[in-house]
Amino acid sequence: MRLPCPICGERDRREFYYQGHATLLDRPAADADAGAWDDYVHNRDNPAGETRDLWHHEAGCGAWIVVTRNTVTHEVLGAVLAEKAKS
Amino acid sequence: MRVAGKGLNPNGAPVSFTFDGTSYTGREGDTLSAALLANGVRLMGRSFKYHRPRGVLTAGSEEPNALVTVGQGARQDPNIRATTQTLYDGLAARSQNAWPSLKYDAMAVNDLASPFLTAGFYYKTFMWPKAFWEKLYEPIIRHAAGLGALSGDAVEETYEKAFAFCDVLVIGAGPAGIMAALTAAQSGADVILVDEDTQMGGRLLAETAEIDGQSGPDWVAAQLGALAKMDNVRLMTRTTVTGAYDQGTFGALEQVSEQNAPLNTPRECFWRITAKRSILCAGALERPIAFPNNDRPGIMLASAVRAYLNRWGVAAGSAVTVFANNDDAHRTALDLIGAGVTVAAVIDSREDAQSLGDYPLFSGAQVIATKGRLGLKSITVQDARGTHEIETDCLAISGGWNPSVHLTCHMNGRPTWSDDILSFVPTDNSIPDMTVAGAARGNFSTLGCLEDGISVAKATVTSLDLKSPQIATPAAEDDPYSIQALWQVDGTGRKWLDFQNDVHVKDVKLAAQENFRSVEHMKRYTTQGMATDQGKNSNVVALAVLADATGRGIPETGTTTFRPPYVPVSIAAMGAGSQGHGFAPERHLTSHNASVDRNAPMVEVGLWYRASYFPKPSETTWLEACNREVNVVRNHVGVCDVSTLGKIDIQGADAAEFLDFVYCNTFSSLKENRVRYGLMLREDGHVMDDGTTARLGLNHYVMTTTTAAAGQIMKHLDWVRQALRPDLDVRFASVTEQWAQFAVAGPKSRELLNSILDEQIDNESWPFMACGDVGVAGVQGRLFRISFSGEHAYEIAVPARYGASLFGLLTTQAEAMEGGLYGLEALNVLRIEKGFITHAEIHGRVTAFDIGFDRMVSQKKDCIGNTMSRRGGLLDAEREQMIGLKPVENEHKLTAGAHLFVEGADAVSENDQGYVTSVCHSPTLGHDIGMGFLKDGPNRYGERVMLVDHVRNNHVLCEVCHPVFFDPEGGLARG
Repeated sequence: MRLPCPICGERDRREFYYQGHATLLDRPAADADAGAWDDYVHNRDNPAGETRDLWHHEAGCGAWIVVTRNTVTHEVLGAVLAEKAKS
Repeated sequence: MRVAGKGLNPNGAPVSFTFDGTSYTGREGDTLSAALLANGVRLMGRSFKYHRPRGVLTAGSEEPNALVTVGQGARQDPNIRATTQTLYDGLAARSQNAWPSLKYDAMAVNDLASPFLTAGFYYKTFMWPKAFWEKLYEPIIRHAAGLGALSGDAVEETYEKAFAFCDVLVIGAGPAGIMAALTAAQSGADVILVDEDTQMGGRLLAETAEIDGQSGPDWVAAQLGALAKMDNVRLMTRTTVTGAYDQGTFGALEQVSEQNAPLNTPRECFWRITAKRSILCAGALERPIAFPNNDRPGIMLASAVRAYLNRWGVAAGSAVTVFANNDDAHRTALDLIGAGVTVAAVIDSREDAQSLGDYPLFSGAQVIATKGRLGLKSITVQDARGTHEIETDCLAISGGWNPSVHLTCHMNGRPTWSDDILSFVPTDNSIPDMTVAGAARGNFSTLGCLEDGISVAKATVTSLDLKSPQIATPAAEDDPYSIQALWQVDGTGRKWLDFQNDVHVKDVKLAAQENFRSVEHMKRYTTQGMATDQGKNSNVVALAVLADATGRGIPETGTTTFRPPYVPVSIAAMGAGSQGHGFAPERHLTSHNASVDRNAPMVEVGLWYRASYFPKPSETTWLEACNREVNVVRNHVGVCDVSTLGKIDIQGADAAEFLDFVYCNTFSSLKENRVRYGLMLREDGHVMDDGTTARLGLNHYVMTTTTAAAGQIMKHLDWVRQALRPDLDVRFASVTEQWAQFAVAGPKSRELLNSILDEQIDNESWPFMACGDVGVAGVQGRLFRISFSGEHAYEIAVPARYGASLFGLLTTQAEAMEGGLYGLEALNVLRIEKGFITHAEIHGRVTAFDIGFDRMVSQKKDCIGNTMSRRGGLLDAEREQMIGLKPVENEHKLTAGAHLFVEGADAVSENDQGYVTSVCHSPTLGHDIGMGFLKDGPNRYGERVMLVDHVRNNHVLCEVCHPVFFDPEGGLARG
């Protein structure tokens, strides 16, 4: 498997650390209700199809990236820096 | 036997080798199977289950029968296919799964008992009593059935891994692959052409057909010569592509050397090849026909008989017969006759089969029986006229050809049935960016392969925006592939399908009868296709039998799934580079050599190696040394290398705000040149890590992490900055390895430092928790007045290149004032005496509340973990909270990992009150002390609890106390 790091280009999967779904980008406000925090910290979908997840280019440039990929076909559809993903 | 003048290497040098201890002579360029056949050896192995005598079936990597063991001890390689083993002088091969010998195998009684050993017999037979399965039945079955064995010794030979990248990967170098590689290379693409054989050329090396007026091998040599001259082409022989993976990644196994190579020469190399496009030209494999006793040594595939003759100059028999359902197999008869070998008969199941040469032809005929226990002696042929017994020592069989679709199935692709060739062909786009050409997609004529290779490669380079070159198709045969279905022959006796796993037609029918009708169920019930050849020879025929038994067509029956690897891959090759230091490199401190010189036992801390203690000649136990070192620190001064702690340099206008966000306590309020202890939480409110962070300037901090969590914290800070707080102007870098840092602890620590610092320090200039730049012996360093021992202590840091020298200086100075070095053991005792936590305490399930630090979680700001840490359940008094423990009887020993119970309560999990995380013997207090977690612990000081360690059988009555045993007011560190 190869992932397109926006900084380094396409690199082998072994260079990346896998975190989980991109949900983690949307951190609730400190005073958000318990449900919002519960969803943020614990609850994830397990989609068959397109998904966005977070990878850290640990053995590379150190960038956190958001990869869009398809869990069924294994297609990797693109990646953006986490730093820019929210905007 | 050898046929004079035939083969690619007719004048090859003689090569001597042994098989089961008998010496033979082969020829340079031979495979082991070719050399054995040349010496008239047909019996090469015993089958898996019934121990039936078996000979070689094929001439390639798909060989199911002729498996041998080569080498002894750590160099023992089992299950080597004799068909791919290159002959070398001194090769000693042994047969497998036979005792006492290949010819007289005692376990052949299994064959007589075969009616009881049908498919699934062990599911049915060995049911009772239940306990007997593991103790009795399974060991007996494992002993009786099997292939070669490993020696059990760790591998000694060298294995390598390597990576390669290309525009176009061409898999297989037969006619299609060679033309595909030439075409792609001429477009300017970077091309890798791989082939599993020692020589490229595929079937062209084994056939007599000509191309462009040249012999096949001559034409191949000319094309390879042209490819070798091109800078953009890499030719890889003896390299088998074993798997197709996501995004154009392929695994490939290269056989680099033979078993006789020096130990430092790699035996195999595991490649990971990344290709923008791939062209699969894997060719096709001939398949057998199921007829009674079709497994005798001497019965071989027709294509293999042809290969042994044309490539290695070996006649597989002296009176050869051919049994087939297609025209192609008739070439075997023609080639043999051309070489002067007798062809006793050609038996063709097709009524309308025509003789293509001067040999006796039985059309509309079938082989219904064979004779010859250790080697074929005769066959019985039945046709419209009746039965005929024909004497023959080699029967060449062909049930048609199966395209090698395997790689196209590695990503869940399913092949498509083709009625034209009576086999499966690859389904388009089964692997992204892969196209299939030649026989691998059912294009069986030589011309068809050449044309296909060119056209597929043209389309491939066009898709890469390269210019498609003009390239002429060489002239070659274009014979039609004429075939009529024949899967199994009627008649009595076992008709073998999977030679390697001993599955025959009746087994498959039994599976269907017992309702294992799905092809995947049938496979698992019968073990059809589950051996090292992965059903390459047998699957299609077995499917046809299953289809017939279940009254379905073959397309409806479907196939089982081909998975990687295409051929067996040794674990040593897959794990190459990841053993020993490749798996766990050693990180050495700048004090490493000096510590080793002082006989300090070095212990692993992650990848780091740290001195455990520094023994004196008079000391016989580690505890003696540890106690002395603790006393040295408490009474004089000790020096310890603490450079393994993670150090992260943090700078930027928003550095303070960033730290306030990652730590639960506040750092923006920290004064310059001061240090503060910080606690980091995970977002779920549990403790992640702790450490001190120093403010070196307005916008400059240095954070320390625990040794264990250094990498994780760096990743976490990257995450927070990039993903959660990209608005902050802050940058950081790990400087763990750039600074050597030493703890100097004890009442005389300042005295020691003043002996080496360029400028003297005192309590006013360097109060507790002060930090800043210092000059030490002319080198710019940093000094932190922090204490992990409770003593008046400092940590002094210098650039790592001065570490060894500073360590030496500190050691000398310390020893001059009755001080000395202390190791990890003493460091641990000192911190337990002070109740300081490590990852033994903050093990992932504890909160700031649990360790008594809940007030550190600032309620004035948001930070990672803040909100979730306030969940009711995490602030419940009934939670297990940190406490100290001491034995009621001073001489009793505490053990970490033990659980705590109310005195008198049963020591069962329902009554569990807590557990012990750290223990040590405190030389300062003269008894054991411990830290642990106890329900409502802080309100139970003075209570007695029972410490129970079921593992070490330790029961100790303890008193619960405050976790800080030594200097609870902290006056020493401030003094």
